[in-house]
Amino acid sequence: MELKDIKEGEGKSFEGGAHVPHYKSFTDNIPISRMAPPAEVIIPLQQHVGASCDCLVEVGDKVEVGQKIGDSDAYISAPIHASVAGTVTAIEARPHSDGGEMDSVVIETDQEHSEFVPQETRDPDEMSVDELKEAIKEAGLAGMGGAAFPTYVNINTDQPVDTLILNGAECEPFLTCDHRLMVEKADELIAGAEILMRCIGAKKTYLGIETNKMDAIEVLATKLEDRDDFEIVPLAVKYPQGYKSYLIKTITGRDVPRGARSAALGCIVRNVGTTFAAYEAVVYGKPFIERIVTVSGPVVPEPGNYIVRLGTPAEHVLREVGVDPDELEGHKVIFGGPMTGLAQSDLRVPVVKNITGVLVLPPDMVREDVSYTDCVRCGLCVERCPNWLYPNQLSILAEHGIYEKLEDWDIWDCIECGICAYVCPADRPIVHFIKRAKPIVDEM
Amino acid sequence: MNIDQHLDPSGLSLAPSPHFRNGITVRSLMLDVVIALLPATVAGIYFFGMDAALVTASAIGGALATEAGIARLRGEPISIRDGSALVTGLLLALCLPPGVPLWLPVVGAIFAIAVGKALFGGLGMNIFNPALVGRAFLVASFPTLMTTWRWPVGSGDWMAGEFDALSTATPLDLLRYEGVMTPLTDLFVGRVGGSLGETSVLALLLGAAYLLARGVIDWRIPTAYLGTVAVLAGLFGVNPLFHLFAGSLMLGAFYMATDYVSGAVTPGGRVVFGIGCGVLTMLIRIYGGYPEGVTFAILLMNAAVPLIERFTAPRRLGGGGESSAH
Repeated sequence: MELKDIKEGEGKSFEGGAHVPHYKSFTDNIPISRMAPPAEVIIPLQQHVGASCDCLVEVGDKVEVGQKIGDSDAYISAPIHASVAGTVTAIEARPHSDGGEMDSVVIETDQEHSEFVPQETRDPDEMSVDELKEAIKEAGLAGMGGAAFPTYVNINTDQPVDTLILNGAECEPFLTCDHRLMVEKADELIAGAEILMRCIGAKKTYLGIETNKMDAIEVLATKLEDRDDFEIVPLAVKYPQGYKSYLIKTITGRDVPRGARSAALGCIVRNVGTTFAAYEAVVYGKPFIERIVTVSGPVVPEPGNYIVRLGTPAEHVLREVGVDPDELEGHKVIFGGPMTGLAQSDLRVPVVKNITGVLVLPPDMVREDVSYTDCVRCGLCVERCPNWLYPNQLSILAEHGIYEKLEDWDIWDCIECGICAYVCPADRPIVHFIKRAKPIVDEM
Repeated sequence: MNIDQHLDPSGLSLAPSPHFRNGITVRSLMLDVVIALLPATVAGIYFFGMDAALVTASAIGGALATEAGIARLRGEPISIRDGSALVTGLLLALCLPPGVPLWLPVVGAIFAIAVGKALFGGLGMNIFNPALVGRAFLVASFPTLMTTWRWPVGSGDWMAGEFDALSTATPLDLLRYEGVMTPLTDLFVGRVGGSLGETSVLALLLGAAYLLARGVIDWRIPTAYLGTVAVLAGLFGVNPLFHLFAGSLMLGAFYMATDYVSGAVTPGGRVVFGIGCGVLTMLIRIYGGYPEGVTFAILLMNAAVPLIERFTAPRRLGGGGESSAH
């Protein structure tokens, strides 16, 4: 089908999933802008899947913006950088958005010197593949769509990979940071994709974009008109389209076997934000010190897509958009999207590498009534589960503590996308039950 | 039941993700079923008079009172707000003869809710469709009352057959015992003898279209059920439309076999379930002791659901076609 014939909302898709309301109109037309750095950043020493970093600075040290402050010898890890210039005031456990605490470097911001200025501009075409990979590794890139898997590990694969898939699905409601990036930074995104293609040896790049972002599709289609090595794949607007396995299935038709890395299927999926960051890392030597975060919600006075320094506390983000963090009784503050994001109890928690959004949901949007009943066997979750599991059965077993049977029902294949609980008419907290049971099953 | 909430001093809401829902609840689904059954109920009252309305009210009243009473006995919050008892009462009424004494629907409703549902553990735990459990109980206990059919308004004399002037027969009785074929238009409109909500195919289809359009019921069960009946009717040499329109097939296929709790949850299982209902219905209609077989066909298939689900488990994605182990 020709791109111009694609209608909004239509496109290729996978089996399962469901349409969820977008709530994207709050921010999808608002250009990316910078948020002023906070007076103090809190930088957790682990912001990625893998080994935690060793701290490279001490209390009292002066740091430059972009200076490496944490690194690890472990293969699966990613270094951490100072997102502002300033003085290290503490290295201690601080509240983290996952609910616990994490060792963090606290830096008092020197507002005068916190702008990152590139030392040089490099031409990727004149760099070797190893130099490209090294730049990405040193920049500390990790999957920005939510997974936070170290990008270097992902692209440093021995397996033959013929396909790069850029994930521009952005299927979570409210979030528009990837959308705006595709509209405003299309050239850099394409250049970033070319860098990644060279790193992995891919011959072809597919751009999967949900068709509620027609302006992004148009911009990219115009720029890629004469390119055979790029193809835009318009995706149906359906949650969770942006999850890796479904994206691969939708675009290439390949089934990702349980537990396999996507490289084993000859493709690598990267979020568009990560791809843009790879461009900046290679061309400007810019470490991962900031990211675009969608700050949104019906009661947010100045919603938008803001470039936020990593380590910026939620309360600073909220104040900058006109929300008083002390006046949020009964509201819900979410890190990430509303389907999978985590509700926060302590607004001092910092934005880290994989935080796509900071959302404020007012009391009338938050489910006050958290009561639920027995499963009525409507089958909606079975029909909608993108991994073709039995969420109802998993929730019943987990609810009643029959943990020994959960593996038989493929609990480890659940990606916790939340679509089951979203459609459940009995309001059962299905994902909550499954998440709570996983650590218990793991220890059995 | 409630999610154990950690109330936070910040006053922020912390319920787990997903942070919003699609708004469809058990209550909204049940109300949709009630809305869908309104045309059939109105048609029943039109064809069989105000007695039909009283029968309906008695069955619903009996179901709601039993539901509330049992919740009180068990010390649980009264759950009639979820609408499931209302649906059970209404469905039971629609498959009763229109002129029965008013205690009969009440007895049936009490049995349906108490034995058909509560004894199994309440909504979600019942193996059998509660309304059909109630009806089966009444058929077994009061066979004469349950087979005394009233004349519909505007019917022709041909329908009397050898029956007396006060009562008539259902189209399936007429075919089976007298070889009389009821005109299809009468069947379609509902101008025939039968249970008060089963006769008007037109009204039932209107409601079914509503349920399908709203996504309340899965098309697989009624399609498989009706398709099987049509094919088998053809094989037995009877006009398939007759078997589709006669008896309680439409009511059963769209409103009873589609019951969530007692039906299959897997998409493939729903097809198997529908086919099984169709085969059993036709076997009973052609060879069985009763002229109609919908009630027992669905109840028997309800019992087969665990077996059906075992063999129709969805293959988990990336499992290479390997079925989940159960």
